[in-house]
Amino acid sequence: GPGLSLSLSLSLSLSLSLSLSLSLSLSLSDPQQLVGVVGLEVHAQINSNTKLFSGSSVRFSAPPNSLVSPFDASLPGTLPVLNKRCVEAAVMTALALNCTINKKSLFDRKHYFYADLPAGYQITQQRRPIAVDGTLTYSILGGKKRSQVIRRTSTIKQIQLEQDSGKSLHDDLRSQTLIDLNRAGVGLMELVMEPDMSCGEEAAAAVRELQLILQALGTCQANMSEGQLRVDANVSVHKPGEPLGVRTEVKNINSVRFLSRAIDYEIQRHIQVLQRGGTVQNETRAFDSKSGETIPMRDKEGLQDYRFMPEPNLPPLIVYEDNASLPTGIDACQAVVVQEIRAGLPELPSIKRDRLVQTYGILPEHSFTLVNEDGLVEYFEAVLKATTKEPRKVIGWVTNELVGHLKQRDMSVSQSPISPSALAELLERQESGHISSSVAKQVFQEMWRSPGKTASQIIQEQDLGLVSDATQLHSICQKVVDSHPVEVHAIRNGNKKVLNKLMGLVQKETKGRADPVLVRAILQEKTS
Amino acid sequence: MSLFSLSAKCTCRAVSMKSHRPSFNLLTNDGYSVTKVENLHRRNRCLQSHITRVTRLLSSEPHHSKVPKVATWELIPEDQLPPPAHLPADLVDQLERLALVDFPTKQGLACLEKAIRFADQLHVVDTSGVEPMDSVLEDRALQLRHDAVIEGGCAEELLQLSKNTVEEYFVAPPGNIPLPRREERATMMKHSEL
Repeated sequence: GPGLSLSLSLSLSLSLSLSLSLSLSLSLSDPQQLVGVVGLEVHAQINSNTKLFSGSSVRFSAPPNSLVSPFDASLPGTLPVLNKRCVEAAVMTALALNCTINKKSLFDRKHYFYADLPAGYQITQQRRPIAVDGTLTYSILGGKKRSQVIRRTSTIKQIQLEQDSGKSLHDDLRSQTLIDLNRAGVGLMELVMEPDMSCGEEAAAAVRELQLILQALGTCQANMSEGQLRVDANVSVHKPGEPLGVRTEVKNINSVRFLSRAIDYEIQRHIQVLQRGGTVQNETRAFDSKSGETIPMRDKEGLQDYRFMPEPNLPPLIVYEDNASLPTGIDACQAVVVQEIRAGLPELPSIKRDRLVQTYGILPEHSFTLVNEDGLVEYFEAVLKATTKEPRKVIGWVTNELVGHLKQRDMSVSQSPISPSALAELLERQESGHISSSVAKQVFQEMWRSPGKTASQIIQEQDLGLVSDATQLHSICQKVVDSHPVEVHAIRNGNKKVLNKLMGLVQKETKGRADPVLVRAILQEKTS
Repeated sequence: MSLFSLSAKCTCRAVSMKSHRPSFNLLTNDGYSVTKVENLHRRNRCLQSHITRVTRLLSSEPHHSKVPKVATWELIPEDQLPPPAHLPADLVDQLERLALVDFPTKQGLACLEKAIRFADQLHVVDTSGVEPMDSVLEDRALQLRHDAVIEGGCAEELLQLSKNTVEEYFVAPPGNIPLPRREERATMMKHSEL
């Protein structure tokens, strides 16, 4: 009867409101605790003359399909022959990243169908890659003013050699895809990293450091915009201490900046999905740089089964620790010796930074900027050669003024209109007391605008020389003192800071060209 | 070539077992050259030790064969084999997608099940303590190539192999065409048969 239905509806509404309030309180407390988990997969194109398994050329731009051998096109009757340079590059990179080299590594086939993979499989190293267990140490700027250098370390699970695929150009108009196999078969080093990062900033810093290392080694030119370095991000969120959440893979990231944005967007997207009470789908998404969002990629149908099998045409790859462990009778050009490669390692960025700090007494964050910008260390050292000024006093000009102006106009160090010697001259004029530091900055701007004009020329033309004429300064100071009795009174009563205001007024009179040391002394005398 | 059987008499075609033993010299890159040399020697010699009765079709070189005259293999009893693999329709569908191989008929499926059963016999072999073999080449040294350009630059030749090209590019459909589902394919097959 009605009594029953009433109690039912009551209990229903009660339970409903209960569960609602429960979920509300849960979701309200969740977002604070959910943190991002990021693991990167980096594909670095090996800097070699020829491809990984064939003798065709490796070049960035060339007429379509002109750098393709019969093996690259997967024609029957062709076999892979491993490029020694690619092995050496992988070993060198692994050593620089503190990896353990697998003396014996194996090749496998990874099967999937796509038009730019003519063989229907990619030769990779899934079972036993050439190197495992490495570390990538990078730094992020933290602290209150973001000037504190904080070191982080990310673990590299493995480094493996594998083939690159060709390029597909999608012609949506004619509903077809154009295939260029020039890139098919180019050697790649895949670096698989553990998911031990938590945000876009860390990932960007890690990749930037990796770029510097690879460029220093010469094993990869690491230009993301040219596709020499490709980064895919695996992103998930969870509450610290709890199991990892469902992850999504983000692809199509073309710069370090986009990497940071894509990861942060994806972390937020996961959090929002969970907040709404939904579940995150395990999928692959593409980053759209225009909108700053990630969108699902259509072509991936569910979980792929790659049917890995050993590559039957390639015996295991053996690398030797040192010349003593070489088997008798082996041809030297057939042996990759780890010790020799280790001995040939160049100075890595982190070592370079430490050396600069030691040698020049500059701060770590300055040395960070020096090593980060291509050619800046050479510029800095050239300036030091041409000036008597201390490195610590020069570094600010290089890392702040020069880099600031370059960044504004998206220019590289090599394009700077002010040469190291020109900057050195400017600094000499300041050091010798001819101009004040604020005027020096003005002159710098002027030199930038009119390349070729020296500092001395500009100082003379615009009469920017420091006014040190005592009589002149005395009269200006007297004028200021006379016209500001209140301030003078305050100074005489003990408020010394007001002196700065008077100094500012004097500088205004002299258009910033008064020798500040002299002015202070004169003013102090006049107000005592 | 005609059917013939050897007698103990020496003919110019008779050959000694010793010289004919095919030896694969593992130190040479190319095993074939060794047997070619052997063939030459074979024709010149006329020794006749150890010639047995061998009946062979289409061969002019009789020799002592290692193939036994009666079958020596035994049928492995069913109870030694693992239970027969049952292939659910979904698995077959997935296999067809992964390998792009068609099993449209019951016969095809039966053939696959028989092949799996045949391979099941491997379970009888005791492989404890034995490293699995990847290929017969795995004990060889991997050849390393010097990093110099020696091929490529044959775009025209390669493009001629394709029916459809556009300005030196190969042409493919836009992305992977998804394989129609099992039910849809059955209907498609029916229609194609009509």
